[in-house]
Amino acid sequence: MTLDSKIPEGPIQQKWDNHRFNLKLVNPANKRKYHIIVVGTGLAGASAAASLAELGYHVTSLCYHESPRRAHSIAAQGGINAPKNYKNDGDSVWRLFYDTVKGGDYRAREANVYRLAQVSGNIIDQCAAQGVPFAREYGGLLDNRSFGGAQVSRTFYARGQTGQQLLLGAYQALCRQIDSGKVKFYARREMLDLIVIDGQARGIVARNLESGAIEPYIGDAVVLATGGYGNVFFLSTNAKYCNATAIWRAHKRGALFGNPCFTQIHPTCIPVASDYQSKLTLMSESLRNDGRIWVPKKARDKRDPRQIPDAERDYYLERMYPSFGNLVPRDVASRRAKEMCDKGHGVGPTQLAVYLDFAEAIQRNTKEWVAEKYGNLFDMYHEITGENAYEAPMRIYPAVHYTMGGLWVDYNLMSTIPGLFVLGEANFSDHGANRLGASALMQGLGDGYFIIPYTIGNYLATSKFPPLKSDHPAFTEAAKSVLEQTRRFVSIKGKRPVDDFHRQLGKIMWDLCGMARNADGLKKVLQSIPQLREEWWKDVVVPGSVDNFNPEIEKAGRVADFFDLAELLATDALHREESCGGHFREEYQTEDGEARRNDDKFMYVAAWEYKGVGEKSVLHKEPLSFEYVKPSQRSYK
Amino acid sequence: MQFTLKVWRQHDRQAEGKFVEYKATDITPDMSFLEMLDAVNLDLARNGEETIAFDHDCREGICGSCGMYINGRAHGPLRGVATCQLYMRSFKDGNTIVLEPWRAKAFPVIKDLVVDRSAFDRIIQAGGYVSVDTGGVPDANTIPVPKPIAEEAFDAAACIGCGACVAACKNSSAMLFVAAKVSQLALLPQGQPEQKARVERMIAQMDEEEFGGCSNTYACEAECPKEISVSHIARLNREFLKARLK
Ligand SMILES: Cc1cc2nc3c(=O)[nH]c(=O)nc-3n(C[C@H](O)[C@H](O)[C@H](O)COP(=O)(O)OP(=O)(O)OC[C@H]3O[C@@H](n4cnc5c(N)ncnc54)[C@H](O)[C@@H]3O)c2cc1C
Ligand code: SF4
Ligand code: FES
Repeated sequence: MTLDSKIPEGPIQQKWDNHRFNLKLVNPANKRKYHIIVVGTGLAGASAAASLAELGYHVTSLCYHESPRRAHSIAAQGGINAPKNYKNDGDSVWRLFYDTVKGGDYRAREANVYRLAQVSGNIIDQCAAQGVPFAREYGGLLDNRSFGGAQVSRTFYARGQTGQQLLLGAYQALCRQIDSGKVKFYARREMLDLIVIDGQARGIVARNLESGAIEPYIGDAVVLATGGYGNVFFLSTNAKYCNATAIWRAHKRGALFGNPCFTQIHPTCIPVASDYQSKLTLMSESLRNDGRIWVPKKARDKRDPRQIPDAERDYYLERMYPSFGNLVPRDVASRRAKEMCDKGHGVGPTQLAVYLDFAEAIQRNTKEWVAEKYGNLFDMYHEITGENAYEAPMRIYPAVHYTMGGLWVDYNLMSTIPGLFVLGEANFSDHGANRLGASALMQGLGDGYFIIPYTIGNYLATSKFPPLKSDHPAFTEAAKSVLEQTRRFVSIKGKRPVDDFHRQLGKIMWDLCGMARNADGLKKVLQSIPQLREEWWKDVVVPGSVDNFNPEIEKAGRVADFFDLAELLATDALHREESCGGHFREEYQTEDGEARRNDDKFMYVAAWEYKGVGEKSVLHKEPLSFEYVKPSQRSYK
Repeated sequence: MQFTLKVWRQHDRQAEGKFVEYKATDITPDMSFLEMLDAVNLDLARNGEETIAFDHDCREGICGSCGMYINGRAHGPLRGVATCQLYMRSFKDGNTIVLEPWRAKAFPVIKDLVVDRSAFDRIIQAGGYVSVDTGGVPDANTIPVPKPIAEEAFDAAACIGCGACVAACKNSSAMLFVAAKVSQLALLPQGQPEQKARVERMIAQMDEEEFGGCSNTYACEAECPKEISVSHIARLNREFLKARLK
């Protein structure tokens, strides 16, 4: 299989314009004859479903949540990037493009990233027009802040609830289309298989989570906007339900999976407190703008942090990276924190934490100033830990946060299965080996509002769609096998609950395939997963029935897929004998512990083909070339 | 810590429900309330018994999924937090905790503590939006919005759609939820052109869903995890009157 990324000809500034001109259009009167299934209602899915319906297509939208507004996008805090240059501080499309390619450690496609930077300004306009209550300055114009290591202020935000407000904007646009009858929305439906007929994606089967019924949905194209797979680690900042089932089942039907080992760890999360911990909570990265990160110079120093004089503190990021200081990219900040803890400088009861200190910011600007900017985060910290961060420093530790990997897509956001499009965090596209802060919201909405409406039209206009009914054998067979799987879960009647297995899998992944990886560890992962899977099929217990609302069945299906995905993730991590972005192989580092890429051997997208449970996946490569941003060793010194 | 739980168990929409008692043992004060339920569910699952169904997802108080009566109070004893933001340190060791789903005609029980809140979606579908298509909008800075107005609009927009206001109200009124959206869009210039139709249609839909009327008891504000102010209800009433008079 050769991977054709379909990157348009021409200078990078003109590629998207040229491409839009060359794409075939669907005649307006014909649009209503096409039927598009959009799975997922997060930023990517809701914006896509609404925009496609506005154009006149028939859209079926579904999600496993009870309402589109519950999608995980709602939880994003910090903000969304756009190079509007409202601050007159030197920002431009080019700079955002440059920062994103560099931040991604030269493992993203230049053409995609440039397009993303180009459309990002329109996103802000669109959201403002929808009534999204962005933060404003006293003159009434939009406020910006600098975020996640950017040296310009290009991040738009809505207090600490940017994701919520953007999602509600997209949700309301979707509601408007539901009201107009152009979108039919189905809540509490979980896609469990993709239907591919004569090489084209033509529908899905989904489980009705309330009745347990397996339902067919027919379409001319299928759009997956089903989010990331961070929960393969069990503990992550993702919402509890986030999972990989939709993309994994599409992968099993032939869609290649791109760069599964590119996972992101976020440096500022509240540390694990107990064995019952169910998820981790992110504290917005904006805290690093004013908080200073440190550990005691003396290992295993148990003093109250306030008793440790300045001279005995190691502000290690400021020391190692004088120009970026506490604002180094996420992967760098995370790794340094881990290193400090590994060397015995960790703090708090578990010694797996570092301090994030606001004493100086409070002294410089007053407590009120800090409260106005970060009050909700301080409240959240207090709620969860019972501690007051105005008085003593916060304790933070890195946690799994985002997955850059996902289904491989071409420039049109189409997977290797014709008619299957993948948007948002679910695809592998624009962030390379590391995503910059405030860029996921941008990508999700860019994909949904401004890219898919054009590219899907070209596919529809240039393909043929033989009539199809839901009694086609492809549907009945898929429905049967999905039902068999759910019945099998219930019939095992073992001793260990689903969460028990998931927690064990997550621990293996975090310990051996998390922030730092090495060949031995990865080989261990590849040995333990098949054993765990075998035990799972013998000893899992899934109580309750299949024809009723039953969260245990939902979880079982997702965890079963996580086993397989974990194997692929480790395989990919083992094969990539270099360090880049979020993928850090201990064997490949520079003398001062920075990631050492190997551009000669690994300047490609690894796209994996599924060959069956326990079978070796086959690697396909999409070579990357960098014409505009010349690869250099990332340096934040 | 340990607790006795009395939990509402109901197999499906049609079934009759009843309270069932469970023991929650080995609980620590820094476990969240939902982690305590996870622990009880793990025990149930180990014994092959059906686990307690409850809605949840983000566990950060933002998605609006979680929500139940805890000892007769929507989202439990604390002000300004959702169920998922409660920690066991707020409960007294050895106590009995009673768990029930939201009780409102417009929110039928699906199972145990899970209810159907799709009525809220239908209210938003009836006009809780600004009618702009994708593309063709002006630059975001073309229309300035004074900061205090933007802040007030944000306060309203912070609603997470959890339904506690309905559950807390003796009339099962959805006024606070509806007012939050009407008020947000009434405050912003972008919402102006459709204001009249919006408020009328949303109120009509609210009535159709069989939510009750508002009798100004303010129980909603007291239990709202986002502390949405009843002043938004006053704005809604003004907008509704204005729409009627026009
Ligand atoms: C705590 C946190 C904070 C963040 N903050 C920021 C930030 O400040 N800035 C930023 O840019 N990014 C941030 N991110 C990342 C960003 O929020 C996500 O990457 C982004 O929202 C993903 O959007 P999405 O539309 O791709 O998927 P999601 O929002 O995850 O939506 C997935 C949708 O798919 C549905 N779905 C999934 N599987 C199925 C299935 N099998 N069947 C049916 N439906 C299905 C779900 O119901 C849901 O509707 C943050 C992430 C986290 C965890
Ligand atoms: S107004 Fe408050 S209580 Fe009511 S739905 Fe919104 S957040 Fe929940
Ligand atoms: S689980 Fe999301 S608000 Fe409680």
